[in-house]
Amino acid sequence: MPDGSTSDAFVAFERVQKSYDGENLVVKDLNLSLPKGEFLTMLGPSGSGKTTCLMMLAGFETATHGEILLDGRPINNIPPHKRGIGMVFQNYALFPHMTVAENLSFPLEVRKMGKSEREEKVKRALDMVQMGAFGGRRPAQLSGGQQQRIALARALVFEPELVLMDEPLGALDKQLREHMQFEITRLAHELGITTVYVTHDQTEALTMSDRVAVFDDGRIQQLDPPDTLYEEPQNSFVAQFIGENNTLEGVVQEINGDKCLVRLDDGEVIDAKPINVSQVGERTRVSIRPERVEFNKERLQEGAHTLKAEVLEFIYMGDIFRTRLRVAGNDEFVVKTRNAPDQVRLKPGEQIEIGWLPEDCRALDA
Amino acid sequence: MGSNVRPIHTNTSDGDTMSDTTDSGPMLAADGTPLKRSLSRALRRQKMRALMLVAPLLIFVLISFIFPIGSMLFRSVENDIVADTLPLTVVELQNWDADSGELPDEALYAAFAADMVAAIEAKNHTKLGTRLNYEQTGLSSLFRKSGRKMKRLDPAADAPFKDKIIDIDKKWGDVETWRAIKTHSVRITNGYFLNAVDMRRTPEGAQAQPEDKQILITLFQRTLLMSLMITGSCIILAYPVAWILANLPARTANVLMILVLLPFWTSLLVRTSAWKVMLQQQGVINEVLVWLGMVADHSRLALINNQTGTIIAMTHILLPFMILPMYSVMQTIKPHYVRAAKSMGATDWTAFWRVYFPQSVPGIGAGSILVFILAIGYYITPEIVGGTKGVFISNRIAYHISSSLNWGLAAALGTILLAVVLILYWAYDKIVGIDNVKLG
Repeated sequence: MPDGSTSDAFVAFERVQKSYDGENLVVKDLNLSLPKGEFLTMLGPSGSGKTTCLMMLAGFETATHGEILLDGRPINNIPPHKRGIGMVFQNYALFPHMTVAENLSFPLEVRKMGKSEREEKVKRALDMVQMGAFGGRRPAQLSGGQQQRIALARALVFEPELVLMDEPLGALDKQLREHMQFEITRLAHELGITTVYVTHDQTEALTMSDRVAVFDDGRIQQLDPPDTLYEEPQNSFVAQFIGENNTLEGVVQEINGDKCLVRLDDGEVIDAKPINVSQVGERTRVSIRPERVEFNKERLQEGAHTLKAEVLEFIYMGDIFRTRLRVAGNDEFVVKTRNAPDQVRLKPGEQIEIGWLPEDCRALDA
Repeated sequence: MGSNVRPIHTNTSDGDTMSDTTDSGPMLAADGTPLKRSLSRALRRQKMRALMLVAPLLIFVLISFIFPIGSMLFRSVENDIVADTLPLTVVELQNWDADSGELPDEALYAAFAADMVAAIEAKNHTKLGTRLNYEQTGLSSLFRKSGRKMKRLDPAADAPFKDKIIDIDKKWGDVETWRAIKTHSVRITNGYFLNAVDMRRTPEGAQAQPEDKQILITLFQRTLLMSLMITGSCIILAYPVAWILANLPARTANVLMILVLLPFWTSLLVRTSAWKVMLQQQGVINEVLVWLGMVADHSRLALINNQTGTIIAMTHILLPFMILPMYSVMQTIKPHYVRAAKSMGATDWTAFWRVYFPQSVPGIGAGSILVFILAIGYYITPEIVGGTKGVFISNRIAYHISSSLNWGLAAALGTILLAVVLILYWAYDKIVGIDNVKLG
């Protein structure tokens, strides 16, 4: 793991496993630690174990094996209501029989807080999410985005140091979602809360997080800040899952330090950067981001290998052009170019040559 | 609407047409007919078809339910028998001052003789006797016995009648007899309703029944109280069951649901009789308790032929009606509400009481209405296991329908029962709100 030390971690999973049926592990050997104040996103397809991890942290699921530490204390045997963790649920879980203010007041009441103090905190929390005027309404009278804000305010009103969010923006439309992404990160950083955020939406993960843990098959595939995750995926799954990606398959022909040659299945040879290939003859999948593909030869390094490509489709998307090519037998090879005044607009049927910098083409596991 | 109202199908881009079309006129369809009429014509076929589809049920309900109920309700006030059987007498009775303490005059006796001879001919006098006997004991036998002798009177020749009739039975010389007939000679009476609430119609107005005849108010109170107790014990027993059903995986829940529904598939009589076997003095429960030494042999528990028996058996029988609506409401309460409450620091109990329970109240309400309304009109089970102390008002209604044949009183009791249920329903709507009742 990139971050093995758990001594100063605020939240730590140590060798955590979880099984529901005693036969299959949903979470396999999870090790994760995050410092105070970090915004960490668990990203992965459904069934990858990310929500299970969140539920174990919240206390609604028990770990089959391993230890979960909160501020240095093992919390496996602490019931959820004593963990003091704020949580935002997927469908908000606002209590339908209470008004917005009563919903917010609930966590304070169970903490036996005085009335005036409660009202003060509820008001502050509502103002924080710009919902000050809605205290007397019922959740059913609010729009999805407003309910989302209330759910957020309710998770924060008792000032927890750790807040968990389980796909909180899943039910919102795109525009609102983008706005709330910004709001949530702003609040989390302003209040200095440690946040664990679960989502299957990679854009959300990239835009919001300090670090992202990509889950698949019950394991963390990669744990890195968004830019590293996008630009330097450590394996094929991460490369495929995060952002758009072009994949070409072949065999490693030569490794030379941080460069290698890959012979593609149709016989052509390309430059790549070896990431998790170690020996010549190994099968590999090379990954190139669509925006890193270059078809202007002058911008390529001298001696760089190029590939022949046929333009299949040109899609005008406003800010960018998306060109679909046939490259080395792959019909789904996509190139994205910025809509700049001097940008070439390719036509379907055109034959071109493409290339890239060797460090942008990563040779990953097959 | 003036003559300047024009159909809208004229080209509206034409400025002149726009300007002389008044805004106040009705909206017109393309052919110039008012839009409302066109619409209703277009919908008529649809409505007719819908009506045809529901017609069989509508007719069935009308014939088998609305009409009998209506006629039954009417029986609670209908009282034609006196005026129909003794038409001349009733007219004469109007002239007689019942409070004078004096017997009616010869004219009335003559009218009575004429009426009676006609009634005896038609064999109606015993029916009248039975009717009047509800109000004053002894009148039934008076009419029956006198009938045999008065048959021989000739209304045309045998005048004067006063002494002859008093000779036949000296009760005809009793002012009270005539007062009773006069009191109940009205065609629409409140007498049955007065009887139903332990009062009676007298010449001096409504009065309380003699103490020994006052049982119906007690029965009403008992019926209401016991129905409430049955509803209460159903809530207590059903809530955990419904909760478990709603929180189990669907397959297991379906298997358990069969157990809940099983009682529906056995005969009500069989179930009630089974309780008889269980509850009687020499029954299963008492035997086991005695065998365990928890109850002495000479002081076995009286679990049947009293209110305890009725409550136990009816709670069991009505339980599914409580479980089912509770279950369907609880199914809609998502577990994340309780989780959310716990994540905010609520203990299991607080999370249940503040978050889960309020959301399950509509189910309790629906179940309670169902069980209470079913219980308040229950008949078979109290009849079999209730003894004398555990019977309901319905058992009294049944008695008046089939044994005493006092249908008017039975109808009045039924009407009151219906009114009580409707009032309670209304009160429930005011307090809880019928919108909060969910059956699923």
